[in-house]
Amino acid sequence: METITRRQFLRRVACTSCTLALAELSLPLSSPAGKGGTADPKGPDSPPAEARYYRRLPNLEVECQLCPRRCRVADLERGFCGVRENRGGTYYTLVHSRPAALNIDPIEKKPFFHFLPSTLTFSLATAGCNIHCKFCQNWELSQVRPEQISSFYLPPAAAATEAQRQSCASIAYTYSEPVVFFEYMVDTARAARKKGLRNVVVTNAFIDPEPLRELCRQVDAIKVDLKAFTDKFYREVCNGELKPVLQSLQLLQKHGIWYEIVYLVVPTLNDQEEPIRKMCLWIKRELAPDVPLHFTRFQPMYLLKNLPPTPIESLERARQIALAEGLRFVYLGNVPGHEGENTYCPRCRKTLIRRLGYTVRENNVRKGTCRFCGERIPGVWG
Amino acid sequence: MKGGEEQGKINLRLPKSQGKRRAKATGRPLDFALPLSYAASVATKSRVIMVRSNRILNRGGEVDEEALQAVVDLALPRLVDAPSPAAAWGFLFTSRQTVGVKVNCIGGRLLSPSPRWVPVLVRGLKQAGLEEERIIFWDRSSRELREAGFPICQEGAGVRCFGTDASGAGYGPEPMQNGSYAGLVSRILTHLTSAQIDLCLLKDHNLSGLSGALKNLYGAIHNPNKYHDHHCDPYLADLYGLPSFRQKFRLFICEAVRVQYHGGPGFKPRWVEDYCSILFSLDPVALDYVSWQLLDRIRRAHGLPTLEEEGRPPTYILTAGDAAHRLGRCSWSEIELMELSA
Repeated sequence: METITRRQFLRRVACTSCTLALAELSLPLSSPAGKGGTADPKGPDSPPAEARYYRRLPNLEVECQLCPRRCRVADLERGFCGVRENRGGTYYTLVHSRPAALNIDPIEKKPFFHFLPSTLTFSLATAGCNIHCKFCQNWELSQVRPEQISSFYLPPAAAATEAQRQSCASIAYTYSEPVVFFEYMVDTARAARKKGLRNVVVTNAFIDPEPLRELCRQVDAIKVDLKAFTDKFYREVCNGELKPVLQSLQLLQKHGIWYEIVYLVVPTLNDQEEPIRKMCLWIKRELAPDVPLHFTRFQPMYLLKNLPPTPIESLERARQIALAEGLRFVYLGNVPGHEGENTYCPRCRKTLIRRLGYTVRENNVRKGTCRFCGERIPGVWG
Repeated sequence: MKGGEEQGKINLRLPKSQGKRRAKATGRPLDFALPLSYAASVATKSRVIMVRSNRILNRGGEVDEEALQAVVDLALPRLVDAPSPAAAWGFLFTSRQTVGVKVNCIGGRLLSPSPRWVPVLVRGLKQAGLEEERIIFWDRSSRELREAGFPICQEGAGVRCFGTDASGAGYGPEPMQNGSYAGLVSRILTHLTSAQIDLCLLKDHNLSGLSGALKNLYGAIHNPNKYHDHHCDPYLADLYGLPSFRQKFRLFICEAVRVQYHGGPGFKPRWVEDYCSILFSLDPVALDYVSWQLLDRIRRAHGLPTLEEEGRPPTYILTAGDAAHRLGRCSWSEIELMELSA
């Protein structure tokens, strides 16, 4: 009997899922080319797409201007994300049209609780990420280079066509970090809109203001992973920075695009009451009390296997703090069956949307209002 | 034996930062894998041999195999106090080992270790009793090896040469962690070989300052792009602190024949110096420390500021040698530099 590691098992399952999904989707692709991938009709050596946000420097160097990291990249080198490469002074994205993960998910899985509930979303992701979280749940996708993982050739128009054919209401750019496949995301979003589909993004919001503004023009909703409310956590646990993420949230609020916030509660690292309280006050003051805030449960993963899963009490305490500080839509995630999964009307307190995991059991929102008292419920409902 | 010994000729000066970051002499043994007898004989110093050869580049600008052989035959016995090259190879490696030779080929044909190293090192390792099939030249990808002129061979008779991306190689299943570093490590290092030679190139690097023996190790991991902040400090030190690296790498060779002294890591012909030297050591920290001084000297000779003056000192070298890491030696008082001519 063959013995395989957990990682090998997951990889096989992922490859099989992707292959099956593609077979089911009947994508107009040629036969898989090694490792479960699918051949690029332009050929494996076809030139990659040029990146959009960068500037040329002397001596063939470039400076990436996509995210606050501002990588200075020498010829033949890559940026921190591992998916952008300097070739002779021109910066390229190596993942345009090269998703490494494709799935059809309920929108609640992202999670979006105030955006087209009960609909399906066509989820895609490429390799790469511009930060490095020690608790990453998708590290085998986000923390690898594109050549280290199986991928498919799926250009924007084909992605949009298949999303529509699968009766998905939207395309979700998710799993890894969509910022690093910005060009592919924006091109696909344009193609999807032409077909009447929506676009949603699941991101760390570690992105420069200019590309974020362009993104806001092309997509319909953004879910931001706010990893913590201390710069120390961002630097030590995520190799990122807090300030640019907060600035991104302010930009989203100013732009008016629909967005929700997720806060993964990691025991001992970001579960202290005071920073959570400060975060809630900041959200209320700088953003809006109507912004949905999801406290989700951590599971031991990647480089933080030494920590236990988040106690339910910690999540409940965080939720109580947020509600007490005046946030109106506060949820718990990764706790199926908990009352914190439901949406309650902030006026009449009745249950508006009853959920169990990723499924909606009952929906009492009618044309964006509470069916019982008529209170307007913020979100995108149709 | 050809050539003569000119110890201390280079007379390299300490960088300003060295005083701040110098390793403390605690008396604790260094944490790297010297052969025991050698370690005892040089307990207080790490030896670095630098051999200069005016014949190393032929008229076509290629590394000359015969001259290279002469350099190796001159250096290795001095490095380990052995009576002959064969004895030196036998001192470093055994016939039961499978030896990897990690090269750094990202710079392509114009800025990678010469493929002429293959026959030279194979001859040497065979003197230690190894069969050719137990010698693997490797880097992160077969394509980069091929483009640098290394003939790819994964099976059949003869020496092996392939990248981590080759079938049957790949990266380990779980991340390895040490201090600030966490990532997957090439199975060529962890599973397919029992000893290693680090065959690097001396070159300038826009982020790390210097690319040498320690920096070459980034080609053995899956996520080097995550570890270039702060001049790769302390990431490179923590990476080399992983047992798989520290215990297997036994010999470090730095090709400084054509030195990219500025504008690296890519090839920029206007900043290349034909330095015609090769450095050898059993201590990668000492080797990189000497390389740092060498690179600064070449830069000064060309009117360029030192790496520190330019704001990118390779402080990871000092970190690797500090009291917390003790992976090698990084001060002149602890390094025995021997300059030879072949």
